[in-house]
Amino acid sequence: MRGFKTSIFLKTISLYILLLAFLFPFLVVILNTFKSTQQFVENPLSWPTRFNFSNYAKAFKDMDFITGFLNSSMITVISVIIIVFFSSMTGYLFVRFKWKANSILFFSMLASMTLPFQALMIPLVVIYGNLGLLNSIATLLFMYLGFGIPFAVFTFHGFIKGVPLELEESASIDGSSRARTFFQIVVPLLKPVMVTLIVLDTLWIWNDYLLPSLLLQSPSMRTLPLSNYGFFSTYSVDYSPLMAGLIMTIIPVLILYLFLQKHIIKGITEGALK
Amino acid sequence: MTNKKFLQNTGTFLLFGGPSIFAFFAVVLIPFLFGLYLTLTNWDVRIGDHTFLGFANYAEVFRDKVFLTQLWFTLKYVFFTVVLANVAAFFLAFALTSGFKGQQFLRTGFFTPNLIGGLVLGYLWQLLFSQVLPYLGKEYGWTLFETSWLTDTDKGFWALVIVSAWQFIGYLMIIYIAGFMSVRVDVLEAASIDGANGLTKILKIILPLSAPAIVICIFISISRSFLTYDLNLALTKGGPFNSTELSSYHVVQKAFLSNEYGVGQSEAVVLFAVVAIIALTQAYFLKKLEVEE
Repeated sequence: MRGFKTSIFLKTISLYILLLAFLFPFLVVILNTFKSTQQFVENPLSWPTRFNFSNYAKAFKDMDFITGFLNSSMITVISVIIIVFFSSMTGYLFVRFKWKANSILFFSMLASMTLPFQALMIPLVVIYGNLGLLNSIATLLFMYLGFGIPFAVFTFHGFIKGVPLELEESASIDGSSRARTFFQIVVPLLKPVMVTLIVLDTLWIWNDYLLPSLLLQSPSMRTLPLSNYGFFSTYSVDYSPLMAGLIMTIIPVLILYLFLQKHIIKGITEGALK
Repeated sequence: MTNKKFLQNTGTFLLFGGPSIFAFFAVVLIPFLFGLYLTLTNWDVRIGDHTFLGFANYAEVFRDKVFLTQLWFTLKYVFFTVVLANVAAFFLAFALTSGFKGQQFLRTGFFTPNLIGGLVLGYLWQLLFSQVLPYLGKEYGWTLFETSWLTDTDKGFWALVIVSAWQFIGYLMIIYIAGFMSVRVDVLEAASIDGANGLTKILKIILPLSAPAIVICIFISISRSFLTYDLNLALTKGGPFNSTELSSYHVVQKAFLSNEYGVGQSEAVVLFAVVAIIALTQAYFLKKLEVEE
């Protein structure tokens, strides 16, 4: 029995060491954000002599962190809200109304999930460019809605199928309209699947680089990944502020992760195994 | 009466489906069909006008040595990334489902790289490969690290594989864990009583019963690694001398630098076909290996 306990102890310790090695790149970078670029180049593994936040201040100002942060937050929040709102209604429509058009539409959405963004990118630029709609945050939000819809509708569809019909029937006998039944009876039941979608879509949109880089040309519309790209191109050898900028971009999602880790893990499991 | 019913149904359809179906058509379906049309023309933004070409663009794609070299480079990259990430994730998931204190914390920790987008992740590792590892190489005389991996054609390839696998491991691990949890505990206990050791349990019970998770993980890692763009941009920018350009990176460069939309789009469609064929074929064959519980 004692041998068993020792082996579990050894295994736990080695897993913690493995985790430390796994996260080594992060740790090195975080440590070096407190040193000057010269100290970093001389010895990237030395402990900082004192915790100096001037790199953060510099990155904050020079990459215009506030603009990037506000744009990223606004774009992420609005996109996620409209995706979840409209896809829950459409998922409900596809489950409860067995019309031929619905099943065709549902099937095309399902099939479209295999389409890589690269195959849609050129046509999008040509079409929206000709309409004069590029370089606009509203267009970006609309595109996130379009790209987010298939997966979200699919997820709601799977969940709503399992909701018993009796509740809705009795509401309808009591004279409730379709829309009212949906919002007052069905939506509250959808909470778990909504949290899952909110988390997955937030990670996707917050970190997205390619789509905003095609759409948002002017600096005032920049999202954080775009700010990072610009900052890296101009600062190429002043490593310490660069690293501080990267860490600042990560911090908001890390905070979100600390609060929602259970849902994130659950969301990925459910998103993948359905 | 039927007229009223029809109007009511149309109203319901528009209310519940209108906005999302409109967005889906405008952003996905119509651009996809228009994209297929583009591949049959010589569309060039500078000309503005275009003529119908038939399949000439596709012929050009398959004659283009650079595109084919990069496709081969991409296939090798996908293969090594998928194998490395899945093997590591599988064993990590196995170690983290045995039931001990702190395993939840470890799972959370190994997942962290997935919170970070490809661009930032690429920059983090770029600093590691170009500054930290060469420092270690010089300080301790490790020749492997003495020069930056990112300026070397072969090592640049492995840098891409390592960073991608590093990012995927945590995500795949979560799916494998979910797969293992569905392997019924009593089956494993019965095996233990019958004297099966760890390796036998993995090979004879866990592996076959978690086949659905394996199919999904390989499918996800294949399709995600084929689309690697941000990471490629941030880590190597395709360099040195375009030797580390992955196909999906090349497609973006081609489209927006040379403005040949017809050829660029044809390359994107060919890439899509390759991804779909490989991902679906592996899923088909692995599905056959699944056992009935």
